[in-house]
Amino acid sequence: MDSITLLEATTGQGIAALGAGVAALGAGVGIGRIGGSALESIARQPEAAGDIRANMILTAALVEGAAFFAMVVGLLVVLN
Amino acid sequence: MRSNAIFARLALFISTLLIPALTFAYEPEEKEHKANADTAVHRGEMGNGGEESAKFNPGEMIMDHIADEHGWHLWGHTTVPLPVILKTDKGFEFFSSGNLVDEHHNPQVYQGTHYAYALEHGHIKIVTDLGGGQFEVNEEASKHVLDFSITKNVVTLFVVVLILCLVMFSVAKAYKRNPGQAPRGLQSFIEPLVIFVRDDVARPSIGHKYEKFMPYLLTVFFFILIANLLGLVPIMPGGANFTGNIAVPLVLATITFVITLINSNGHYWRHIFAMPGVPVGVLVILTPIEILGVFLRPFVLMIRLFANISAGHIIALAFYSLIFTFAKGGESPVAGYGVSIVTVLFTVFMMFMELLVAFLQAYVFTLLSAIYFGSAVEEHHGDHDHAEDFDGKPNQHGPATINA
Repeated sequence: MDSITLLEATTGQGIAALGAGVAALGAGVGIGRIGGSALESIARQPEAAGDIRANMILTAALVEGAAFFAMVVGLLVVLN
Repeated sequence: MRSNAIFARLALFISTLLIPALTFAYEPEEKEHKANADTAVHRGEMGNGGEESAKFNPGEMIMDHIADEHGWHLWGHTTVPLPVILKTDKGFEFFSSGNLVDEHHNPQVYQGTHYAYALEHGHIKIVTDLGGGQFEVNEEASKHVLDFSITKNVVTLFVVVLILCLVMFSVAKAYKRNPGQAPRGLQSFIEPLVIFVRDDVARPSIGHKYEKFMPYLLTVFFFILIANLLGLVPIMPGGANFTGNIAVPLVLATITFVITLINSNGHYWRHIFAMPGVPVGVLVILTPIEILGVFLRPFVLMIRLFANISAGHIIALAFYSLIFTFAKGGESPVAGYGVSIVTVLFTVFMMFMELLVAFLQAYVFTLLSAIYFGSAVEEHHGDHDHAEDFDGKPNQHGPATINA
């Protein structure tokens, strides 16, 4: 396995990988916040757990969509 | 007793996960053949072809396996040939994809009725004979070729439709046979899902007009669910990256888009072109965004399903390629065997995640489709703003009152 040299890291592929990482970071923070808030809300109002869970999944899926945009762009850069 | 049965099932499940790991054991050698094969057509022009390095390339292997292909690769050199249907400018061509590779898995030129064909990077191209066993890809003629072949993904599509028909017709028949009785067998599996789509997806998001959209929502839900689950089965007829092929989510999202447009009312378009109660200065910015949003929503719907399922396949393949990366193409077998244990454990974990994702993506696609339909058929409820509008709907028409 070759180590990634500085030259490689500054090419499009390296930057694409970096971009994918940053996107994953953003999505991770977003989904973490959604999950945290959802748990808090369920703890406060357990009878609404079903509705909160459905909305949590929906919002998480929307955040994930943004991350996947970045992933697809990254993949396109790597493959071309 | 019961825990024994569960253990046995778990063992069976894990052993099915081992199958791909075993079949992949032939992969590096295979790759070498393929790499040679891809250049075989150009060999004539380049003089000495086939000088491809045997170094294992994970990226290439992964992209190769998530792509569609002519013929279904099972293991080693065993491939199930699939029919090729081409529409050229001179007429249709039918032949087996087995004609495009020789017994050593190398691509070869097939002389059809109208042209000669060869595989180049998974695509069928027209080639012209230069004489002396040398061929050149005819790009000009290849442009006019329309490929209607029954590829790996098309076979998967047929299998999904077949399963869908078998399951749904047998369940529907069961309801006719014993109406008003407790569900039995497959009914007990399908009924909660249908009720889930109706009560948790369609009714809260669409409102009282939900019944019109139920056939589409249920079809798309079960189609995506079965296709996703089939993609997790490592052996034929599963394992194809079907919902992870951009064409499939594209068609599904387009259908959602068209249904939204057909059912959209004046209220929907007014909210897009001139959001009520918004100053003109803001409208200048808001309206282009809203118009863009009309097209962006189905686009994101497509990307989400495509990327989620592709990512699942890529992760599994990346774990497998760890084995070959560590084994260094047979130089250090001990490292390869050692890593394979970790790989199998990781893959089992990821497969459980993927089971969740398979269901979740079917749910999210259906839910978002329902929400788009809901926004299209939503009616004016007076002068109150959006938040109230949205909250009021399920209470008004739905059976479950949230504030009860």
